[in-house]
Amino acid sequence: MTIAFKPDETYRDDFTFRNSPAAIRRFPFPFGEDVYRYAVNIEPHVRGGPTAAYDNLFDIDEHYIAECRERALVLAHDPKRCQALPHMMAAQWDTLELLMENLSTDYPEHFSLVRDGNAWHWTNRALGIEQHFVFGDAGTLPCEPLEYIGRQMQGDLTLQDQREDNLFMDAGMVTCQADWSLEFDLGMKFHEWHGPVPLAHEQGVFDRALKFLLNLQLGRPVRRLNWTMTINPRMDTSPEQYPQWGPDRTTITPENAGSRVHLRVELQSLFRLPRSNAILFGIRCYLISLEELATIPKWSRRLHRVLQTLPPELVEYKGLSRFRDTAIAWLAQRDDGAPTSVGTAPD
Amino acid sequence: MTPAATIPVVVREVRPVTPLIRQFTLAREDGLPLPAFSAGAHVVVVMPGPARTLRNPYSLMGTSADLSTYDIAVRLSETSRGGSRFMHEAVAPGSKLAITPPVNLFPLDKLARRHLLLCGGVGITPVSAHVRELVHGCVPFEVHCGARSIEHATLALELQAIAPDAVTIHLDMPGPTMDVGSILAEQPLGTHLYVCGPGGMIENVIATARAAGWPQSHLHWERFTAPPAGKPFEVTLSRSGKRITVPPEMSLLEAIEAAGVDAPFLCRGGACGQCETTVLALDGTLLHHDVYLSADQKAAGDRIMPCVSRADCRTLVLDR
Repeated sequence: MTIAFKPDETYRDDFTFRNSPAAIRRFPFPFGEDVYRYAVNIEPHVRGGPTAAYDNLFDIDEHYIAECRERALVLAHDPKRCQALPHMMAAQWDTLELLMENLSTDYPEHFSLVRDGNAWHWTNRALGIEQHFVFGDAGTLPCEPLEYIGRQMQGDLTLQDQREDNLFMDAGMVTCQADWSLEFDLGMKFHEWHGPVPLAHEQGVFDRALKFLLNLQLGRPVRRLNWTMTINPRMDTSPEQYPQWGPDRTTITPENAGSRVHLRVELQSLFRLPRSNAILFGIRCYLISLEELATIPKWSRRLHRVLQTLPPELVEYKGLSRFRDTAIAWLAQRDDGAPTSVGTAPD
Repeated sequence: MTPAATIPVVVREVRPVTPLIRQFTLAREDGLPLPAFSAGAHVVVVMPGPARTLRNPYSLMGTSADLSTYDIAVRLSETSRGGSRFMHEAVAPGSKLAITPPVNLFPLDKLARRHLLLCGGVGITPVSAHVRELVHGCVPFEVHCGARSIEHATLALELQAIAPDAVTIHLDMPGPTMDVGSILAEQPLGTHLYVCGPGGMIENVIATARAAGWPQSHLHWERFTAPPAGKPFEVTLSRSGKRITVPPEMSLLEAIEAAGVDAPFLCRGGACGQCETTVLALDGTLLHHDVYLSADQKAAGDRIMPCVSRADCRTLVLDR
């Protein structure tokens, strides 16, 4: 099926990004019940799920062209959003192969890959890209393999080297992050880059998660959802750009909350890579305004109830303190107290 | 996590490489390329034994440059529980087997400034893959292969042909001749040490390195413990509501699988931790044979690695 792209929408300045009714219905809504409950919530990343966002291992939607342009703008302003330590070259090629294979198989009308030994021919019709290159020879691409394919993907990518019974964030391309920095985390090990997360360390969550990931198997990826809230449909909420977006959080009123407060959901996926034994972490970001969300009454009712039960540490960590009450008040007008159905799928 | 789906393969070639070791070349039954892998990876070969399904881990010897086939080498074990004997006696070109996707528990450290690899006997198999990868890189490396005699050194000679300046062969007639102490003494700082071979060799090399002050992060070894036989014992699987008997020649994991219960595994050799199972009740003693659990965890008696460990007990209830 050909996706109707919306190439002109923006994630900055005039913020013309909007979700179509179809895009709203495929949103990966993260809350399965009416109270907030912390869970590691890792499950096999198999095709199919509560909405169409789970239909493929790497999801492409109507925002693809606009989001790739946004990534290019961020990289032009700050090239350090894409970095790879020298020992990660094999993992970069593994990543390029995995993404090209999946995109060309799942979206043949937009992408194609023809392989003749190591001579590869990649076509990205959505972005108008055609490239002949030699797999394994970085000199035959316009930039390193991770950046090359990362510029053609929705969502951020990080690559973790596995050694010393630990994972090290030794490469990544990160332009649409929820307030963390690749430049800061590069080279860190698992517990170090998770350092700022409240509550979970004490519960042993990261010990268990690391043990699980060290044995992640080839061909058996896993996923989880993470979420926060963002003012305006802004992809780049990085620490580097804090002066641009931090003050927005003080501007929310009962009148503008519906259009400006967005639920931000990350569909995070983890893949064992074959040649490098590294792990690819995909962070696919979805934005939806409260107004858009409220077109699915189950979701606005539930978000209202979840926000009320969020522990104070998490309100602070997720950066919601300045506008949570206003958002709750906006949602309260749309919560008639009716029961909600089990699961995350729209009614 | 349940076990990975297996890949049906057909044996293309069987090659006797030494009096005790046979090399097998495997291809996918459907003719498609096999999964790419990293040096040091193994697959678990699933064999349709006469009485029961046999599953043994074997290291992949080649590289991802040619994925039309995988090569493994199997040493006939004098104390074979069936797996190596089956591979030697029942498997011929055309035989059909199944394998799990590759898993790497013995990778090269990508930050090493120098690699030192020591192997003995069939422990050369993962090192074969390491050397084939290292010859294409720019990090210096040094390999020492131990073998009983020249007729047992075929795989070592093949490695020497690939990297003549890096590979030294030590023949053990009449006794061991690899001087581990002096090999280690000559290594510059930043060297990573890898050892694969008989249990005694691994223990000796690691102990020598530790005594010489090598940091733990620079020591790597791979040892797949074959599940030892033992007295039969009974186990209750609480989640699946089954009561099973583990016969002397069968591992606890194999008995769980034979009862039709899916259990997680990766190495089947007590090394990776994937099959760790909670002990809910125990009247007796756990016989831990794995190298995964710490001494404290083994003493606590609240978990077991069923791929190699057993019990001497009147009652054992597992959360499985």
